[in-house]
Amino acid sequence: MSSRAYSAAAALDVEELREATIAFCKEEITREVAAATDSNNSFPNELWPKLGEAGLLGITASPEYGGLGQGYLAHSVVIEELSRASGSIALSYAAHSNLCINQLTLHTTPEQGAKYLPDLISGKKIGALAMSEAGSGSDVVSMKTTATLSDDGSGYYLNGTKMWITNGPDADTLVVYAKTDPKAGSKGITTFIVEKGMPGFSCTRKLDKLGMRGSNTGELVFDNVFIPKENVLGKVGGGVYVLMSGLDLERLVLAAGPVGLMKAALDETLPYVHTRLQFGQPIAHNQLIQGKLADMYTKYATARAFLYETARAADAGHKDTKDCAAVILYAAERATEVCLDAIQCLGGMGYVNETVPGRLLRDAKLYEIGAGTSEIRRMVIGRAFNKEYRQ
Amino acid sequence: MSSKLRILVPVKRVIDSAIRPRVNKAQTGVETQGVKFSINPFCDIALEEAIRIREGSKSLVEKIHAVSAGSIKSQETLRTALAKGADESTLIDVGDKDLEPLSVAKLLAKVVEAQDSNLVILGKQAIDNDSNQTGQLLAGLLNWPQATNASKVEVEESSGSVTVTREVDGGSETVKAKLPLVITTDLRLNEPRYASLPNIMKAKKKPLKVVKPDDLGVDVSSRLEILKVTEPPVRQAGIIVGSTDELIERLKSAGAV
Repeated sequence: MSSRAYSAAAALDVEELREATIAFCKEEITREVAAATDSNNSFPNELWPKLGEAGLLGITASPEYGGLGQGYLAHSVVIEELSRASGSIALSYAAHSNLCINQLTLHTTPEQGAKYLPDLISGKKIGALAMSEAGSGSDVVSMKTTATLSDDGSGYYLNGTKMWITNGPDADTLVVYAKTDPKAGSKGITTFIVEKGMPGFSCTRKLDKLGMRGSNTGELVFDNVFIPKENVLGKVGGGVYVLMSGLDLERLVLAAGPVGLMKAALDETLPYVHTRLQFGQPIAHNQLIQGKLADMYTKYATARAFLYETARAADAGHKDTKDCAAVILYAAERATEVCLDAIQCLGGMGYVNETVPGRLLRDAKLYEIGAGTSEIRRMVIGRAFNKEYRQ
Repeated sequence: MSSKLRILVPVKRVIDSAIRPRVNKAQTGVETQGVKFSINPFCDIALEEAIRIREGSKSLVEKIHAVSAGSIKSQETLRTALAKGADESTLIDVGDKDLEPLSVAKLLAKVVEAQDSNLVILGKQAIDNDSNQTGQLLAGLLNWPQATNASKVEVEESSGSVTVTREVDGGSETVKAKLPLVITTDLRLNEPRYASLPNIMKAKKKPLKVVKPDDLGVDVSSRLEILKVTEPPVRQAGIIVGSTDELIERLKSAGAV
């Protein structure tokens, strides 16, 4: 496992990072790009090398592979600002840069790192992570995909299907969980690095979703795909550790998604209510609208503060499963509320597809479902307490 | 060409172009508290042009030096310039003092001398006071040719001559000059890049020298006194007239025709 290398002398100030991300979005993820990505349900793939060149793909990856060697707070701020520009582009970005690149960064051998990370960090290749299956979502350990050791012991044969895979239709490099020992339950899961083009691997369909349109989601099929044993990520049978530790970090940085969407909702709402005149005054001067603005802002600011605090703690080595689940639980539910309020504040203009709030709402709802539903997050928090109070 | 280009790019820290400026309570200037600042857009274009000249021919450019005259906060602007591609930089720390264009030009002339620059590319104006004087004054002080409001710059490597297309009323004008030269940039010269994160990090290690006006032997005291700054008057709403006759009637009674 390669260690995380932080370059303290050249550490990026978080606000500097935010400004750099905003400058990128201003040029590359304009309002037109965000709207087209949603309406065409298609990711602008030319963005990947641009994201790579701007240095945004390897925020938490080691500099030896072209990464920035920064922490989770830095990564959260980037996801927040990308989400503010486009929820779906930011989601695909997060799948690539956290689920794939960060999982590889945490668990690769030096050989695997040198082989896969530089191309992922430069945006030459697209990354994804495959965990969920049609019958195995929240209950992830019940996964049916199997990996059988070949007779000569040189690798594994992967069989099964994976569902709801972000970037699945486009991905070149995938982190895939499968059971090497189906009888061993959670201790029988192993992580593999799968490449597009390996015989027997295919993406059968791209899903037509309510929101996060353009963040391509697919169903993957593994039909006796041979994976050389050099492509085992971490230990054989150690997949559940890779998976669970990854899920904490995934929930943490993905919480920046709803925070960015709330900011976008305020970006849309505040100028509108201050220019829209009714009864001779801006509608923002009415107390009912003022109350909405106050609630929207407070929800956004609270979620952001919780996110930054949890990310800072993780960067300091105190990753807390409860907090990682709680921050995305809180941020995601608030984001749906705030986006609904944005629609209400814009009135009729909020309900038409030519304005942004509708898209924000559709995008925000995903965060109550992806990376563990709100219900699972509550269960995770509850179980963490049960564990603390175990007799 | 006998010598390579040593380009000097002056950059100014100004209120961000997306912000609506407000006059401060004391009516002495524009409110700067809690306001976002950025590199002056025309300076950004000048910097971009210098970088593009180097990208066009690596052997042509020896160095790009960014310079800013302002408060210590102008370091941010210089770091931005270094992140985008300048090699080294100088901050002329004048504290909170507002400089007049002549003072800036005098300071820049000293930096040109110290850096042995042979090409100065600067924005045609800063968006805060819109003076549009510094480049011209600098060329005068140095006794160099100047090409202002550039919309296209071509450096001929063999002869050391520079061809500049200028935006003028009613069209464009092409001028040619030998180095050394002062060029001021217009809006349509290029579209500046954004800095990548690795370059922002590298910029922290690039040279940033701080000097005071006294070190350069320049007196920056003001020659002008600002008496009062006010918001432009709010435009009165118009009226819709029923006919051309009524329009003429109204204009006559208003003394306009």
